[in-house]
Amino acid sequence: MEVFFQQLINGVTLGSIYGLIAIGYTMVFGIIGMVNFSHGDVFMVSTFIALIALMVLTTWLGVSSILLALLIVLIIAMVFTSLISWTIERVAYRPLRGSFRLAPLISAIGMSIVLSNFVQVAQGPRNKAIDPILNSVFVLSAAGGYQVTLSYKQILIMVVTVGLLAIFWWVVAKTPLGRAQRACEQDRKMAALLGVDVDRTISITFVMGAALAAVAGTLYLVYYGVVNFSDGFTPGVKAFTAAVLGGIGSLPGAVLGGLLIGLIEVFWSAYFSVEYKDVAAFSILAIVLIFMPQGILGRPDVEKV
Amino acid sequence: MSDAILRVEHLTMRFGGLVAVNDLSFDARRGDITAVIGPNGAGKTTVFNCITGFYKPTQGRITMRQKGGAEFLLERLPDFRIARTAKVARTFQNIRLFSGMTVLENLLVAQHNPLMAASGWSIGGILGLPSYWRAEKQAIEKAAYWLDKCGLTDRADDPAGDLAYGPQRALEIARAMCTEPELLCLDEPAAGLNPRESLVLNELLRFIRREHGTSLLLIEHDMSVVMEISDHVVVLDYGTKISDGTPSQVREDPKVIAAYLGVDDSEVEKVEAEVGL
Amino acid sequence: MPLDTARAAPSPVARAVKDALFAALVAAGVFGPLLAFKTTQDMQNRLIVEPRWDLLAVVVLLVWAGRFLLSLWQARVRPETTAAIGTHLVWGLIPQSIRLVIRNGLPPAALVALFVYPMMILSLTGGGGALKWIDNFGIQILIYVMLAWGLNIVVGLAGLLDLGYVAFYAVGAYAYALIATKVIPATFPGLGVWAFWICLPIAGILAAFWGVLLGFPVLRLRGDYLAIVTLAFGEIIRLVLINWTDFSNGYEGISTIPRPSFFGIPFNASDTGFAATFGLEFSPVYRTIFLYYVIVCLALLTAWVSNRLRRLPVGRAWEALREDEIACRSLGINTVNTKLTAFAIGAMFGGFAGSFFAARQGFISPESFTFMESAVILAIVVLGGMGSLIGTAIAAVAMIGGTELLRELDWMKAIFGPQFDPVQYRMLIFGFAMVVIMVWKPRGFVSTRMPTAFLKSRRAVSSAHVKEGHG
Repeated sequence: MEVFFQQLINGVTLGSIYGLIAIGYTMVFGIIGMVNFSHGDVFMVSTFIALIALMVLTTWLGVSSILLALLIVLIIAMVFTSLISWTIERVAYRPLRGSFRLAPLISAIGMSIVLSNFVQVAQGPRNKAIDPILNSVFVLSAAGGYQVTLSYKQILIMVVTVGLLAIFWWVVAKTPLGRAQRACEQDRKMAALLGVDVDRTISITFVMGAALAAVAGTLYLVYYGVVNFSDGFTPGVKAFTAAVLGGIGSLPGAVLGGLLIGLIEVFWSAYFSVEYKDVAAFSILAIVLIFMPQGILGRPDVEKV
Repeated sequence: MSDAILRVEHLTMRFGGLVAVNDLSFDARRGDITAVIGPNGAGKTTVFNCITGFYKPTQGRITMRQKGGAEFLLERLPDFRIARTAKVARTFQNIRLFSGMTVLENLLVAQHNPLMAASGWSIGGILGLPSYWRAEKQAIEKAAYWLDKCGLTDRADDPAGDLAYGPQRALEIARAMCTEPELLCLDEPAAGLNPRESLVLNELLRFIRREHGTSLLLIEHDMSVVMEISDHVVVLDYGTKISDGTPSQVREDPKVIAAYLGVDDSEVEKVEAEVGL
Repeated sequence: MPLDTARAAPSPVARAVKDALFAALVAAGVFGPLLAFKTTQDMQNRLIVEPRWDLLAVVVLLVWAGRFLLSLWQARVRPETTAAIGTHLVWGLIPQSIRLVIRNGLPPAALVALFVYPMMILSLTGGGGALKWIDNFGIQILIYVMLAWGLNIVVGLAGLLDLGYVAFYAVGAYAYALIATKVIPATFPGLGVWAFWICLPIAGILAAFWGVLLGFPVLRLRGDYLAIVTLAFGEIIRLVLINWTDFSNGYEGISTIPRPSFFGIPFNASDTGFAATFGLEFSPVYRTIFLYYVIVCLALLTAWVSNRLRRLPVGRAWEALREDEIACRSLGINTVNTKLTAFAIGAMFGGFAGSFFAARQGFISPESFTFMESAVILAIVVLGGMGSLIGTAIAAVAMIGGTELLRELDWMKAIFGPQFDPVQYRMLIFGFAMVVIMVWKPRGFVSTRMPTAFLKSRRAVSSAHVKEGHG
């Protein structure tokens, strides 16, 4: 039972990170119907930006309060990652809008290759590990010689995730920007005719997705303390799985899917085998897409004759 | 009626709570041109999709009876078997041509099944057996025949997507005819045609019935087409059959008039009283 | 933007300067964090950050200059014609008659070049560097050409987007490796020299079987979803190969895979070896040349079969499926079987290529079958122009040959210092080229489609009509 609780906590933490990345997939798919293949690598780039920002702040500028440093790191990572995502959309996707359906997908795969190899060339292929931060833990239960712990990191991850999701939800549900996004999702041409700046709305969607990926990237850095140029693909695919599982196009679905994928991965590793945890994630992806492509909270797609 | 080629019995199709077709029964006689008409949203296309296997009906039975007497329950067949085995071909309201293939290729794709057998399920074809090339030559001849009938011979080597709207409709009919159907179902064949093209279409449909013995079932909006060429008309409104008979009978039916022109409830009662309902 | 042109148009130079400044600013932001700071390990193996402002400055300057020139160039030509001019810059200048000669003469000329290539290299290099040129450029590129032609059946003809094609490549490679190292020595050791020739068809059949197996569940899926599920299948197969060590030896891979023989005569220095049998001096180059001709034949077989299939009902049904699946079903075409045949035949060629790959390397491990390989193969198909064999071959030569050429750029070390290794930019440039080519020509190099039958004359179908498939 203790093991179960511990894994539950770990799973929710991991799931929060997946959920944050998944939102980027689900929003972009919702608005332009494209699997933004480079999103996982945008996330990876954000972990590097966060790493560099943290190193500069703590070693050069001597910021001693770790929470203050992390807040600044979070903002820096969000700003720069958003800028990168905006540029990618502008350069690699926008010229292809409305053209051949495969072209944006290939362009996105190309972008994903560019991002991971750029980071490899610019920062080197080795793992980058930071000194562990926020190491204190709360011991929730120590029955039976097994400690169930909740670390400061995990609290931070959950709090930041919930806080940012609340802000994000408010933007999408209550502001004119959110309305424009939903309008573009329904019918881009009609939205344009009604005076919605479609290009701008799509740009902002990419920026918002990237900002949330940067949050995930910062939290990932804090949680694991290690980043590598190749860490974009697998979390990216898992986050995409989360988006699909929750119902692609649905924002609560992405978060729910993220949590589920996090929990499944953690419990699978704990109770079955660590080696096959990625096989489990990929299998879920395949099974969900084949048997319930609309996901848990998505709308069913009816074939028109 | 013993000479029914298609018998629809108690057909019901529900989408969630919406009843698109409600307990519909009608017969299409062999050699007839049967028209299914009705206002927008009456469930005509849904009936078609049930007959041609694209929807599985919630309830009901659809029997296709071929010349030789073989009977097929269409609601139980997968869609491609309906065309292949039961010999029911169809066209689509929003034309579905293979637009990147040439006009001729479109007609060759329609002869897929006989050609597939002739190519020895591709093995003979890869080896280049002469029997396949003979079969392909015959297929091209048959395609050329239909191109001639539709006036498309000059456009045979152009991409289907290059054709104007009217010729696209004609090509879709030719393509369906290349599967050698006993029953041809046409979903709004005259939609978007100008009056002259409409006349040519009528002639083509009559020709198909006369020379090939193919029975026709069509959905139509254009009353002039319906009244001109059909032998038998079924009128749907809100998924229910409101009238069934010859064009002149249907034309006089007050319920049909009410459904088409739309009358107040009080007037309906008046009209109904007049006809003794 | 119509508003801008309505106002008094600013001079193109001023505009270009403005554009370039904006681009430079964005570049500073985009590249800033990762280029201006380098994370490295210090003496205590701790992570430290070092500034690298000079590199950032160079990159930003390059972006500024590039954008400035691009803006100037775009100001001279109207934007709509930019792409067209790019395409017809060379082609348009050539007279019609010569163009026809080039178009009709290219395939035979390429074929001849393909067959004399090893001899040419041998005579040019005098035997010394020949191995590298035949192996890295000849064989390497031809493997990708064959894989791309195989995938072209699935993606280009049938319009089924497959991102897990590498799985079949892996099935073929492991089928050969396992049968040749485990099964044959245990059962018929005498057949050892024939291992490759026995396993090649088995590998193809096994891969085709896996194609059907993986194709079956994804039949209902369309477009991007199909791509993602096939990606997942590819990754599952790779992860299983990594983790099921009893079967595949995991990360270690399988080594000492028997190399192909010259129809029973091994390529070794023994008295019964190839060199001795034919009275030649022993040299490893013979095997390489032989492998080269094997892959040439395999690739040509792929091309010939897929060309033949296109003209058969099954091939027409694939293309019809790509155009409109519902119409196919209304014409009595069994779309399930049609899709599965496409998967199976595409996979079969992947399996052939895989077993050739294993025979050429003598060693395989799951590292060779990552998602990146699938992406590269798919990229070649799309860049070449879906459905076009020639375009695909051109794309393979350009992309694989181009990146291989980076290995030959050692002279750049003289400029950028001894640490500079052009090879590490290989994939970076590859990815960048994918983006640029897609933006420049979204339908690939050869975008027209040749009809498979004609009544009077065969005319190419413009890409505007050809659909890309939904499933």
